[in-house]
Amino acid sequence: MQFAAFFGSRLLKAVVILLAIIALNFFLIRAAPGDPAAVMAGEAGAADQIFLTQLREQFGLDKPVLTQLWIYMSGVATFDLGFSYRQQMPVSELILDRLPATLLLTGTAFVISLAMGIAGGVLAAMRVGRWSDTLITTAALIFYATPLFWIALMAVLLFSVHFSWLPSFGIETVGTDYTGFARLLDIARHLVLPALTLGLFFMAVYARMTRASMLEVGQMDFVKTAKAKGLKNGVIQRRHVLRNALLPVVTLAGLQAGQMVGGAVLTETVFAWPGIGRLMYESLLQRDYNLLLGIFFVSALLVIVVNMLTDIIYRLVDPRIGAA
Amino acid sequence: MRDFWTRFARNRGAVIGLIILLIVIAISVLAPLLFPQSPWRMVQRPFLPPFENPAFLFGTDTLGRNIAAGLAYGSQVSLIVGLVSTAVALLIGVPLGAVAGYHGGLVDDALMRFTEFFQTIPSFALAIVLVAVFEPSIYSIILAITVVSWVPIARLVRGEVLSLKSREYVEAAVLAGQTNLVIITRQILPNALSPIIVLASLTVASAILLEAALSFMGLGDPNLMSWGYMIGAGRTVIRTAWWLSFFPGIAILLTVLSLNLIGEGLNDALNPRLARTGR
Repeated sequence: MQFAAFFGSRLLKAVVILLAIIALNFFLIRAAPGDPAAVMAGEAGAADQIFLTQLREQFGLDKPVLTQLWIYMSGVATFDLGFSYRQQMPVSELILDRLPATLLLTGTAFVISLAMGIAGGVLAAMRVGRWSDTLITTAALIFYATPLFWIALMAVLLFSVHFSWLPSFGIETVGTDYTGFARLLDIARHLVLPALTLGLFFMAVYARMTRASMLEVGQMDFVKTAKAKGLKNGVIQRRHVLRNALLPVVTLAGLQAGQMVGGAVLTETVFAWPGIGRLMYESLLQRDYNLLLGIFFVSALLVIVVNMLTDIIYRLVDPRIGAA
Repeated sequence: MRDFWTRFARNRGAVIGLIILLIVIAISVLAPLLFPQSPWRMVQRPFLPPFENPAFLFGTDTLGRNIAAGLAYGSQVSLIVGLVSTAVALLIGVPLGAVAGYHGGLVDDALMRFTEFFQTIPSFALAIVLVAVFEPSIYSIILAITVVSWVPIARLVRGEVLSLKSREYVEAAVLAGQTNLVIITRQILPNALSPIIVLASLTVASAILLEAALSFMGLGDPNLMSWGYMIGAGRTVIRTAWWLSFFPGIAILLTVLSLNLIGEGLNDALNPRLARTGR
C-alpha cells in the first residue's frame, strides 16, 4: 500500500514535469523565426494567401493562444508531434524510426561507463597514493575536461584512419546484406567507437565519485569495527565499504540520463550514428523546427521515464529509503 | 588571506591550473597585438601543416587561415561566454536560492519544483533548442548557457542558507532588530561564500564546454572565431588534415582542466577543516 502511494506520487511528479515541457515546447515553436504557417507553406513549396489561410485554419493558428496550446497538448497526448515538411513525414514516425539506434548506443555506453568507472574508482581507492591511484585519478581528471566530440574525432583518427581497426561511420556496413549473427557482429563493430567515446566522460564521473565515496565510507565507525573484528582488508572493502559506497554512485548514474542524451547528440553527429541525436543535427542544418522540438520532447520524455524507473528500483532495492 | 594562499599553493594541481589559466587570459587579451590581422583572413596556402613555417606554428586551415590566430581569438569567446554566463547565473541563482532558503514557504516550493524540472530535462538539448530558436549569436549562446547553469547555484545557496539561518549569530542579529535583507547579505551570505566560489569556477568550466559543443554543432556566433567552430569546420577533412581539429581541442581541454583544478584547489583552501582524504 505504501508502495502504491509512492508510485502514485512519483507518477504525478513525472506528469507535471511532462506538461511543463510540452508547454515550454509550444511557446518555443511560436518563438521560432518566421510565421509557422508561412514557414510550412514555404517548405511545402507554395505561398499564396489562400493556402496560408488554409494552413492557419488546419493548425488552429487563427485561434487564441490558450486554445492553440490545448490543441497542441491533445496532439502530443496522442503522440502527434506535427509534420516535418522538409522530410515529408510525420515527426513522430521519423523519431520512432531512429529511436532504437539511440537506445542501443546510450544503453551500451551506460553499462560500459558504470562498470569501468566503478572498477576504476574502487581500484584507485584501494591503492590511495600509489601510482595506480595517481594514474586513474589523472585520467579521470583529463577525460572529465575533454570535449566529447573532440575525443570522438580523435578516436576516428586513431582507430579508423591510422590503424583501420574499426569502422567510423554509420551503424552497418553499407552495401552488404548480412543476416543473423554476421549482421549482429557488423553492428557491434560499428558500436565500439561511439559507445566507448560516449562512455569515457561518464566513466570519469563515476570513477571520481566511487573513489571519493569509498574513501569517505572507509572512515566510518562500522569499518573500524570490522577491522577490530579482525576481518581481512579485502573482505571489509568488498562487503562493507563498497556496498555502502555504491549508493551515491548509482543515484548519480540515474540522474545522468539527461546528460547522456546530450552526449548522444554529439557522438551520433560525429559517427553518423542513425539515432535521434543525429536527427537533431540534421534538423538543425535544415532549420526544421517542428522536428527539432519533437526530438527535444522525446528526449525529455526518455529522461523522465529513466529517472522514474531509477527511483522505483531504488526504493525496491534499498529499504532504508522507504523508511525516510 | 596569507593562509589561503599557502593552502592553495600546497595543491600542486591547483597551481598548475592557475598558471595555465593566466596564460590563456594573457593570450586572449594580447590577441589583437599578437595577430593584428583578422583570424578569418587568408594568410598562406591552405592546409599548411604545423611546425613547418615558424610564422604559422599551428599551420593553416582549409582556406589558408592562420590556426594560431584562430586559437588566440577563440580564447576570447570561450572566456567571455564562460565568465558572463556564470556571472548572470550567479545574479539569478544567489538571490533566488537565498530567499528560498531563508523564507521557505511558497518561494521555496516553487524553486524546488523549478529545479526538479531543470534537473530532468536534457540540458544540452535545451541549450541547442534555445540557440536555434533565437538564432545563433553570442547573446543567445550566453542566454542558453545561463538558463541551464543557474539552477545548481540556486540549489547550493538554498541549502547553505537553510543550514546557516539557525546559527546563533543569525539569531542574535534577529534579536538586534536587523532587517531580513541585512541578515541575508551581511550575516549569512558571507559565510556561504566559499562553496559558491568553488561552484562558480566549475560553472565557468562547464559553460566553456557547452559553448564549444554548441559551436561545433554549427550554432556558434557566425561572426566570432571559436574553438568549437574550428573543430567542427576541420571535421570533414580530419583524414588528411588532423591539425585543424587537434589544436583547438587541446586548447579547450587545457582551459577546462585548469578551471577544474583551480576549483579543487579553492575547495581545499577555503574549507581547511574538510581535509581531503587520501593525500
